[in-house]
Amino acid sequence: MTSLTNRKTQVERKPMTAMEKLYLPAIIKGMGITFSHMFKKNPTINYPEQVRPFSSVFRGLHILNRDEEGRERCTACGLCAVACPAEAITMEAAERQTGEEHLYREEKYAAKYEVNMLRCIFCGLCEEACPKDAVYLSQTFAPANFGRQGFIYKKEDLLIPNPVTDPEGFAKAKGSIPQAK
Amino acid sequence: MYLLQIDGWFILEKFILIAAIVTTALVVAMYSTYAERKIAAFLQDRRGPSRAGPFGILQPLADGVKLFMKEEVIPLVSNKFLFVLGPMLAMIVAMMTSAVIPWGSTIDIAGRQVPLQIADVNIGVLYIFGVVSLGVYGIMIGGWASNNKFSLIAAIRGASQMISYELAMGLALIAVLMVTGTLRMSGIVSHQIENGWNIIYQPLGFLIFFICALAECNRTPFDLPEAENELNFGYHQEYSSMKLGFYLFAEYINMFISSVLMATLFFGGYDIPFVNEAAWGDAWWVGLVGFATLMLKAFFFIFLFMWIRWTVPRFRYDQLMNLGWKKLMPLALVNMLITAVVVLLLQK
Repeated sequence: MTSLTNRKTQVERKPMTAMEKLYLPAIIKGMGITFSHMFKKNPTINYPEQVRPFSSVFRGLHILNRDEEGRERCTACGLCAVACPAEAITMEAAERQTGEEHLYREEKYAAKYEVNMLRCIFCGLCEEACPKDAVYLSQTFAPANFGRQGFIYKKEDLLIPNPVTDPEGFAKAKGSIPQAK
Repeated sequence: MYLLQIDGWFILEKFILIAAIVTTALVVAMYSTYAERKIAAFLQDRRGPSRAGPFGILQPLADGVKLFMKEEVIPLVSNKFLFVLGPMLAMIVAMMTSAVIPWGSTIDIAGRQVPLQIADVNIGVLYIFGVVSLGVYGIMIGGWASNNKFSLIAAIRGASQMISYELAMGLALIAVLMVTGTLRMSGIVSHQIENGWNIIYQPLGFLIFFICALAECNRTPFDLPEAENELNFGYHQEYSSMKLGFYLFAEYINMFISSVLMATLFFGGYDIPFVNEAAWGDAWWVGLVGFATLMLKAFFFIFLFMWIRWTVPRFRYDQLMNLGWKKLMPLALVNMLITAVVVLLLQK
């Protein structure tokens, strides 16, 4: 039979020599190998203290963006929800009242914006669909939770910190979105 | 009579010595568990325990606390008296061997010459053999009292393995006794200090003794009594809480004691190589330096035990018996014979 790979080797069936039957040389050789591993650098990352950086194109949790004045960019057009192949995004639109111009950028805004992180496949199509630069995928992932309800992220969970009142948090969150830099 | 020269100080001195040696053995065994995990990690390119305290050095304490907090389960169908006796016996027997080991030369305390040895009996080696043979009872009783087929198979395996390897071990030791001409442990050490270490005269004997010691301690590659992939957990399958801890702990104490034993019988005991300690006179610290030397030698052997454990896979049961009866026994006999002939020729 021809081999599927060319890595096939014939197993040697010849009887062991007296030296091989002693096993001791082989054991000492093996111990040399294990001992040499004592001085090898190990690849462990001490996780909670050290975090391995994600690749720059990593797609993680969603972030709802604000503009420079701290107003929400989202107009609840629903394009992200339409683009979503997993149907993870739910939203309800509302009309901006007078006096709320400092909160919402456009006349219409999302009163409710939920992403079900258990449904989401982190494909990034919502990000591409958004005409208002409002939704981005960040470099973080959803932490573990005991209940399903905990994986449905509300608008408050998704919104980026306000650049006017919390510039530090905003910069930090912004840093986690590579495309928006 | 010499035997009756016992005063209050003598008893106090021995009590302190016993307490010190038991504490040493327990602490060493405790940190052997830590060393085992760390060395295993290093040999496998891992980091090992690192959470409890700096570098994880509080890990043994955390493990101990965990074992104490666990629920104590005694199976309904077990023989309760023997079930409790098993781990106790394993622990006591493991500690008892340390009585005849000379841990150092003498220390001078307020004019009294205090030997660092609990009992300098003139049949020290025989005593060790007697106690080591008792070690099998801890495993046997524990395995039988559990009333579990896996425990029983493991216990039977352990018993037959220990009995088989004790033979070759004893024969290897007889050659050592021929060289030194005494059964007294302190005599064996002083003979080595004067005439060079026994490893020079008995390299084959040491190899046989070492392999048998691995088997006696149930260490890999001879850890068949606790072969977890065939017997679930071995003879301590039904044990929980600190009773399990005692079994695991006894293994490490056994390992420590047999390391000390190997250092004493073959590597000069508390003798510092290439240094003439006798020239240092009677300073009080000489005995302690000797003790430290012995400990260093013992630590090397403990490391060797662990190093072997994480390198060599387990033997099959028939291979184990084959090695013990058909290879080591004849080899030890030949070694004994050659030693006897050479000793006889040199005496003429």
